[in-house]
Amino acid sequence: MDALAAVETIARESYGRLVAYLSARSRDVAGAEDALSEAFHAALTTWPRDGVPQKPEAWLLAAARRRLIDESRRTEVRERSAPTVQHMMETLANNGAEEAFPDERLKLLFLCAHPAIDATTRTPLMLQTVLGLDAARIASAFLVAPATMGQRLVRAKSKIRLAGIPFALPGAKDLPARLDAVLEAIYAAYNSGWENPTGTDACTGGLATEGIWLTRVLLGLLPNEPEVHGLLSLQLHCEARRAARRSVSGEFVPLSEQDNAVWSRPMLEEAERALTLASSFQRVGRFQLEAAIQSVHSHRRLTGRTEWRVIVQLYGELIRLAPTVGALVSRAAALAEAGELPAALRELDEIPAATIAAYQSFWAVRAHVLARLGNVAEARAAYTRAIGLTEDEAIRKFLRQRSAALAE
Amino acid sequence: MEYMLMFYESKVEFARRDENPATSSYWGAWGAYMQAINEAGVATGTGNALQPPEMGTSVRLKDGKRHVQDGPFADAKEQLGGYMIIEVPSLDQALEWASRAPCAANGGVEVRPVLDMDGK
Repeated sequence: MDALAAVETIARESYGRLVAYLSARSRDVAGAEDALSEAFHAALTTWPRDGVPQKPEAWLLAAARRRLIDESRRTEVRERSAPTVQHMMETLANNGAEEAFPDERLKLLFLCAHPAIDATTRTPLMLQTVLGLDAARIASAFLVAPATMGQRLVRAKSKIRLAGIPFALPGAKDLPARLDAVLEAIYAAYNSGWENPTGTDACTGGLATEGIWLTRVLLGLLPNEPEVHGLLSLQLHCEARRAARRSVSGEFVPLSEQDNAVWSRPMLEEAERALTLASSFQRVGRFQLEAAIQSVHSHRRLTGRTEWRVIVQLYGELIRLAPTVGALVSRAAALAEAGELPAALRELDEIPAATIAAYQSFWAVRAHVLARLGNVAEARAAYTRAIGLTEDEAIRKFLRQRSAALAE
Repeated sequence: MEYMLMFYESKVEFARRDENPATSSYWGAWGAYMQAINEAGVATGTGNALQPPEMGTSVRLKDGKRHVQDGPFADAKEQLGGYMIIEVPSLDQALEWASRAPCAANGGVEVRPVLDMDGK
């Protein structure tokens, strides 16, 4: 059991480092993963018998490398990819497995979010290569058929190899745009499967823990990028409220009604520190703004009230940078909370119909605004639409209760 | 592409069909779901709710002999309660609609592409 626990800990801590290190040299991510999976398998049979080696990571790396070299020798004949094999042989010869190996995960993260990789596959690729999540689990989180997810991952990995997508850090000129893609992909992991019926609570979905983990990895590798601190702050602000989102009986509790004594103080404090640090760089960005908005919400814990006008302003800034439908709906929700109901409705009506046909937050916020304007008939219709688009039973119930309260 | 959403419901859910349609959250959720499908423009017009599995009768011919049985073929915990064919660009969107079905939490939804007989 000890060996099993050791393997699990190492898988969690160093899977991504091992994949990154192995594939940085071969450019064959799938091959590196296969080799590692065999190494882990070997560890599970050897370690319980012989004990956990002193440097378990180095043991795994050596085992995986032997396997990769065997494999390369075979493919050498087939593909004549001699330079790669030679390079690998040299690396093995020059670099004993006992030595520390460099952390190449940053390159791996940039590789996963490379513009040549399909945007919908970037996050799954990161989750698999950096965290070692299996395709089935990723497929469920992203509501994709497991077979489809498997194919997408395989296709992305062979594209990396065949198209020669570089395993390298972007140059200074490309860094901001490339970093945005990495942050977007991490944020997507954090947000998968989250419904937001009041338009105010920004996040927390199925892979929240994994998303925060990825941000921490990135932060360790790129400590001087304000947006990375911003993303961490955003994630922690939202994660801090996780327990408060459900009542003891399992009912959904909207942000404005949450008991802030249940919010995690250590997480909120870390979130605030990260945001302060981010703003010290004086380079505003999307994630810092989103974190600032959530920070205003969290501030209610200290002041007892929410500064909705500040939130409206921050969403305005955010929309200037990234005019997503989510941000537009959220600003309308904040406008309504600030008492500007006609303006809120006007903003909602300006959002193109095609983008909101199946967007639950839009209909829930619209229903709420119409209800407060006293337009019962239209509010009820919008609530019904929102209920029909909801996946979560507790949120369905919450919306139904609000709709039922209209008649009273 | 056309996909059939097959809605599987549990015994508990089938029993809830006796609730008053005007006040029942069971009927409310299904009504809202169907409305959302219609208003999003993905409905094809094909779909039905089915009477409960006890009302079904299964027929099989074995070696030329008829075997007629009360109820469905398999005695599973969840049984087909209805179906609907939607038209969406890909399986991803079909799964999204499937996950919103009220029975997804207590039963399940099977999504199957409709066989294209025109062979495009």
